[in-house]
Amino acid sequence: MTSLQPVLDVDEVLGDPEIRIVVCCGSGGVGKTTTAAALALRAAEKHGRRTVVLTIDPARRLAQSLGLTELDNTPRVVPGLDGDAGELSAMMLDMKRTFDEIVAAHTEPKRAAEIFANPFYQAMSSTFSGTQEYMAMEKLSQLRAADEWDLIVVDTPPSRSALDFLDAPARLGRFLDGRMLRLLLAPAKAGGRSMFSLVTAGFGVVSKTVQKILGAQLLSDLSGFVSALDSMFGGFRERAEKTYRVLQDPQTAFLVVAAPEPDAVREAAFFASRLGVERMPLAGLVLNRVHHCLIDLDADSALAAADELAGVSDVTADALRIHAAIAAQAARERAVISRFTSEFGDVPVLEIEAQATDVHDLDGLRAIF
Amino acid sequence: MTASAPSDGPAANQWPARLHVVTGKGGVGKTTVAAALALALAAGGRRTLLVEVEDRQGIAQLFDRSPLPYEERTIATTPGGGEVKALAVDPEEALLEYLTLFYHLGAAGRALRKVGAIDFATTIAPGLRDVLLTGKVKEATTRTDSQGKRVYHAVVLDAPPTGRIGRFLNVTAEAAKLAKMGPIKTQSEGVAALLRSPMTAVHLVTLLEEMPVQETLDAAQELRGLGIPVGKVIVNGAHPPLLEGVRKVTQAELRRGLAAAGLATDRPTVVGLQEQAQAYLARRSVETELRGELDEIGRPVVELPLLPGGIDFAALREIGSLLGAAA
Repeated sequence: MTSLQPVLDVDEVLGDPEIRIVVCCGSGGVGKTTTAAALALRAAEKHGRRTVVLTIDPARRLAQSLGLTELDNTPRVVPGLDGDAGELSAMMLDMKRTFDEIVAAHTEPKRAAEIFANPFYQAMSSTFSGTQEYMAMEKLSQLRAADEWDLIVVDTPPSRSALDFLDAPARLGRFLDGRMLRLLLAPAKAGGRSMFSLVTAGFGVVSKTVQKILGAQLLSDLSGFVSALDSMFGGFRERAEKTYRVLQDPQTAFLVVAAPEPDAVREAAFFASRLGVERMPLAGLVLNRVHHCLIDLDADSALAAADELAGVSDVTADALRIHAAIAAQAARERAVISRFTSEFGDVPVLEIEAQATDVHDLDGLRAIF
Repeated sequence: MTASAPSDGPAANQWPARLHVVTGKGGVGKTTVAAALALALAAGGRRTLLVEVEDRQGIAQLFDRSPLPYEERTIATTPGGGEVKALAVDPEEALLEYLTLFYHLGAAGRALRKVGAIDFATTIAPGLRDVLLTGKVKEATTRTDSQGKRVYHAVVLDAPPTGRIGRFLNVTAEAAKLAKMGPIKTQSEGVAALLRSPMTAVHLVTLLEEMPVQETLDAAQELRGLGIPVGKVIVNGAHPPLLEGVRKVTQAELRRGLAAAGLATDRPTVVGLQEQAQAYLARRSVETELRGELDEIGRPVVELPLLPGGIDFAALREIGSLLGAAA
């Protein structure tokens, strides 16, 4: 990072009463959930804000430290906070339950029961890639609509790509009110040339093929699923679009989370430029697990000295080897980080030092920022 | 060249399975390990296939090439006429191939794709998608030439991460939820039989860090519950053992050593060096604990060193030779 790169001050974001939503984005495995939890805790304790953190898939011990022993899709107050002004609630997203709630809210009970029993709905509500992202956005808009909190901190699903959080909801929306589903729904209308008179044991080569591959039972389940969802068409896309607009509002602040590894930093850069295109407010980049040298000695000199010290002071020799490894790693990380900072010289960056152990209590979360 | 010509190298003896499934938490280096293993198993004139299924083009990036098509392409050769091919399996292409092979319906298949039916089918039913992907892996693993000899001595799959590996490999159960009969079910049963046989080994890659180790333990248990054989546990990026037997690093000792080496002995240097050494000791004690947890899986553990220079082709070969020698 050049000396001109601004440093991210999380307190500026967390203490700003105009900011109501903080979204932590980034590729999987960079410590997003921990960062989101630490930010939310700080907003509550230091800035006295009524805060809720929506986590997606927290590690068991981190979840326990937040008092999340059950996945029940409802915010619960986190016990053990310092100070008395603020309050922190935490919840873990249950995507299937969130999906069920949407279906129940938009369908009559008999229809809803049919949908719940359908194997396609079951597969889709628990495994469709994109369902998690869609449901995270859905939950975010529910929390915001409830208007019980000063600040909502959102962790995003552990996708391969950070962009999935922005793209998946629209994809699911498109899918659910897409052409294929409509064609499947209206086999009769499509007439003799139809590829999709599936339900009525079609005539065309293609529909026969589909029958052959998938089997008739599977097709009838599929068409059942499609017609049951009929009442909800349009709703999915509309809801996703509505939440999307909230994300463009200045009340939202995006924090991109990354680790100083090539893939994570590349994802962070993709995401940062995408936010620019979508005119979504990027507050800064949090870089987790960064190694810094505590002393000013280059790796080669340290290794040369270590070799000299064999038999003289083996402890110092090994301490110098440890230093050389840190120095080499720090240099590698600097090179990786500069791929981001050279492109986004005006994005504030905060580097978090690598820790020997994972965080699993509130004190650990407090120590992060 | 046929499969029986070259003798089985030492690598093959240590890695007896024919299908090697490599999984691990995201970010632990499973693609690197999978590629290095494919190289190691291609020693002694053997032929291996390295497969990826997640549309990530991780292999192409690792070998610094343009994205791989849905086609088996040579990406490396080994001394003695060995060869590593690579394949990025795409579910749509796999379905089309499946249609052509089993139903001779190439044109109809393409028509299906044109209207989006294949995308639809593979999207709405992730279980179907996984049957297609694993089905292609099975086909490559069991493929024979005109003389009835195996085309590949070994197939290495860069599989989905530990969090999804159970569901991915448990194809019968996932497919059965959707297809209670018909060819999809038959296909999935064939895949399941291969995955549960001694021909398959699932190797778990991890770092000596809490979350990856926890996921490794969870995955080992899940796979056992499914009757899918766990192969080796591979610890990636292990630090070299330093300060062995040392519990505390004193400033006095460091000052003496630094002076002997002719380096600065000012307080910031001594304190900084001490802090770094103590942090190393703290991490090492965590690592010792984690090694103990990994041992409890009861499978061979292979440790690969952290390679300071990053991963290039030479590094892949180096990791490959370490894997090949690992008992």
